[in-house]
Amino acid sequence: MPKGIVVVDKERCKGCGLCIEACPFGVLGFSSEYNSSGYRVVYMEHPDKCTGCAICANVCPDVALEVYRQEPTKEAA
Amino acid sequence: MSVEAAIPEGYVKVFSKPKALSDAKYTYCPGCHHGIITRLVAEAIDELGILERTVGISPVGCAVFLDRFFNCDFVQAAHGRACAVATGIKRARPDLVVFTYQGDGDLAAIGAAETVHAANRGENITVIFVNNGVYGMTGGEMAPTTLPGQRTTTTPLGREPRLHGYPLKISEMLAQLEGPAYITRQAVFDYRHIVRAKQAILKAFRNQLEGKGFSLVEILSTCPTNWRMTPVEAGRWVAEHVVKVYPLGDLKDVG
Amino acid sequence: MSRVLMRGNEAIAEAAIRSGLKCYFCYPITPQGELVEYMARELPKRGGVFLQAESEVAAINMVYGAAAAGVRAMTSSSSPGISLKQEGISYIAMARLPCVIVNMMRGGPGLGNIAPAQGDYFQATKGGGHGDYHLIVLAPSTVPEAAELVRLAFELSDRYRVPAMILADGMIGQMMEPVELPEPVEPEDIPERPWAVTGAKGRPKNVITSFDLEPEGLKEMSLALQETYREIERNEVRWEEVETEDAELLIVAYGTMGRIAKTVVRLARQEGIKVGLLRPITLWPFPYEPVRELAERVRTVLTVELSAGQMWEDVRLAVEGRAETPFYGELGGVVPSPKRILEEVRKYVG
Ligand SMILES: Cc1ncc(C[n+]2csc(CCOP(=O)(O)OP(=O)(O)O)c2C)c(N)n1
Ligand code: SF4
Ligand code: SF4
Ligand code: SF4
Ligand SMILES: [Mg+2]
Repeated sequence: MPKGIVVVDKERCKGCGLCIEACPFGVLGFSSEYNSSGYRVVYMEHPDKCTGCAICANVCPDVALEVYRQEPTKEAA
Repeated sequence: MSVEAAIPEGYVKVFSKPKALSDAKYTYCPGCHHGIITRLVAEAIDELGILERTVGISPVGCAVFLDRFFNCDFVQAAHGRACAVATGIKRARPDLVVFTYQGDGDLAAIGAAETVHAANRGENITVIFVNNGVYGMTGGEMAPTTLPGQRTTTTPLGREPRLHGYPLKISEMLAQLEGPAYITRQAVFDYRHIVRAKQAILKAFRNQLEGKGFSLVEILSTCPTNWRMTPVEAGRWVAEHVVKVYPLGDLKDVG
Repeated sequence: MSRVLMRGNEAIAEAAIRSGLKCYFCYPITPQGELVEYMARELPKRGGVFLQAESEVAAINMVYGAAAAGVRAMTSSSSPGISLKQEGISYIAMARLPCVIVNMMRGGPGLGNIAPAQGDYFQATKGGGHGDYHLIVLAPSTVPEAAELVRLAFELSDRYRVPAMILADGMIGQMMEPVELPEPVEPEDIPERPWAVTGAKGRPKNVITSFDLEPEGLKEMSLALQETYREIERNEVRWEEVETEDAELLIVAYGTMGRIAKTVVRLARQEGIKVGLLRPITLWPFPYEPVRELAERVRTVLTVELSAGQMWEDVRLAVEGRAETPFYGELGGVVPSPKRILEEVRKYVG
C-alpha cells in the first residue's frame, strides 16, 4: 500500500504542470484526459511512490489536489 | 469532493481546499501564482477561525474576481483605492478583520498615495501585495515594479530606467515609516517559500487581531501569460532574477 | 427642536451628527473649512469617526468603505475636490451605497476662486463621473433649510440606496442665521442594512460591488438602478413657489440665487410687475412638471444662475416652447444684486 494518495479535482486542474515539477518522487504526470475547459489534467503516474507529503497540493495554484496519508500504525510508531 | 468513498481505510486527509474558499474555480491563468497566494490567505483565515468576521477588499487587476473565490464578505474597490476603502470599513467597524489583496499596479502605481498614507497612519489592516512586475489584467504593460531591461507591451525594447523609471521598492519605502507594524517580502515559487509566505500572512492577520496595526506582505508572483513563459519557467525566473532586485525577508517587524 | 444662531457650514455639520452620522472623511478646502473643523471638534466626542484623508480621492473611498460596512457616512468638499471624488461617487452609485456628499461650490473651472458660484450643476445633476447614474441633489437657500436638507439627504439616501448631495456655496456656508436643529435620531430609527459587510455570520456572504463582466448581468444591475431613479422622480421632487398665482414672468433660480430672487420678486411687486419664483429644492430630480405647468400661464420663464446657463437647459426642457426662456447668469464668483436682476426682468415685461 502506498503511503499517500492524491485525488485530482479534474475540473479544477489547469494542466500547468507545477505539481509534476514539484513532486520529489516523480509520482505525478499528465494523463491523456482533458477536462471540460480543455486542460490536460494530471494523474498519479506512479502511485506506489507517493509519500503523502502534500508538496504537490501546496504548489498547485488551482487548489485541484487533495492528499491523503496513511495513518501511522501502532507497530510503525 | 465526492471521491472520499474511494479512499481506503487507514488514510487521513492531510490537504484539502480551505473552508474560506468557495467552490468557484479561479479565473487566473494556468500556473499563475495568484492562485497560490489566494489559497494561502484562505488557509490563514481558516487557521485563525475568523471567516465570520473577515471582510476582504478586491482590487482592479487579475484578482478583481476575488469575492467569488472566498466565503467571507467582500467589497470591490476602485483601482488603487483598496487601502482607503479598508480604512473606511475598519474605522466604521473595528471588530471586523479587514484585508486588501492588490497587484503591483494597483498598490504601487495608481494607489501609491492611499497605500503610503494607510501605512503611515498605522491603519490596523492586513495588506496582501502581489508583485508580478506587470499589469497582468490589461495585457502585460509595464508596472512600477518591472525589472530593468524587462520587455513588456509598453516597453517593447525592455524597461530603460532612465526613460521609464527604476523598479519601485515600495515595501522598502513603507518600512521607513513609523506607522507600519510589519512589512515583509516573500515568494511562492517552491514549497519551502510557500510555507514561509503562509507564516508571514498568518502573522499579518494576527497583528491585526492583536491591534498592532498596518501589516503588509509583499509576495513576488508570476505572470506566465504576459511574461510569455511556461509556469515552470516563470517560477524559476522569480527564483533566479526577481529576488535579486527584490530581496526576500522582513523589512520591518515591531514584534 | 433647538433654535440657535449658526453658520451654514456648522449647521450642516451639526445636522449631520444629529442624523446619526458615524463616519466623516474629508480633505481641507475653502469655502467649507468650518464644516471640517466642526466635525473634527464634535464628531469624536459624540461617538463618531473623524478622519482627515490624504486626498479627496481617498476620502470618498473611505466613505465607500464605511457605507459598505453599514454606517451613515459623509464627506464634504468644494468644486475642485468634488471633481476628484467623481470616480468614487460613480462606484458608490453602482454599488448602491447610501451616503451624503456636501459640495460648497466655488468659482471655476480650474482653481477658479472661493467666491459663490453654481458652475457644478451639470456635474451634480447629470452624473458627474462615468456611467449612467444620478445623485439625489438638494439645494438649500438658507441656513435652516441646509440643516433640514441634511436630514432629508440621509433619509432619502438610505431609502433608495442612492448617494445624496447637498449642493450649496460659500455664501450659505459662511452666513449666520437662526436654525431649528433637527432632533437627534435614535439608532433604531436608522434603517437596517442587511446588505452591509459586517461579517458573514449566520448568513450568506455579502458582496458590495459595481462590477459584472457579463453584459446581461451589468444590464440587470443598471436597469434596477434606473428603476430606482424613476421611483425617485415620481416621489421626491421638491420645490418652492413664491407669488406664482398671477405671475406674468417666472424666475427659476436655486440656492443662493433662489434666495436673491425672492427679493427680486418683492421689489418687482412693489413696482406692480407680476413676477413669481420657482425655486427647485431637488435639482435632481428636477421639477420639470411644476415648471411646465407654470410655463403654460406665463409669458416668460427667466432662469437666473451663477453659471453660464446650466440649469437653464433643464428649464428649457421643461418649458418646451410654451413660453420664452431667456437667461441671466453671472460668472467668476460675481453675485448680482437684486436690482441688477430686476433690470433684467424689466426687459421682458410691460
Ligand atoms: C482608473 C483605472 N485605470 C485603469 C484601469 C485599467 N486596469 C485594470 S487592471 C490594471 C492593472 C492591474 O495590474 P496589477 O495591479 O499589477 O494587477 P495584476 O493584474 O497584475 O494582478 C489596469 C491599469 C482601471 N480599471 N481603472
Ligand atoms: S503527496 Fe508528495 S509524493 Fe505524493 S504526489 Fe504529492 S508531492 Fe508527490
Ligand atoms: S498544479 Fe494543479 S492545476 Fe497545475 S497541473 Fe497540477 S493539479 Fe493541475
Ligand atoms: S494575466 Fe498574468 S497575473 Fe493575470 S491571471 Fe494570467 S498569469 Fe496571472
Ligand atoms: Mg501586477
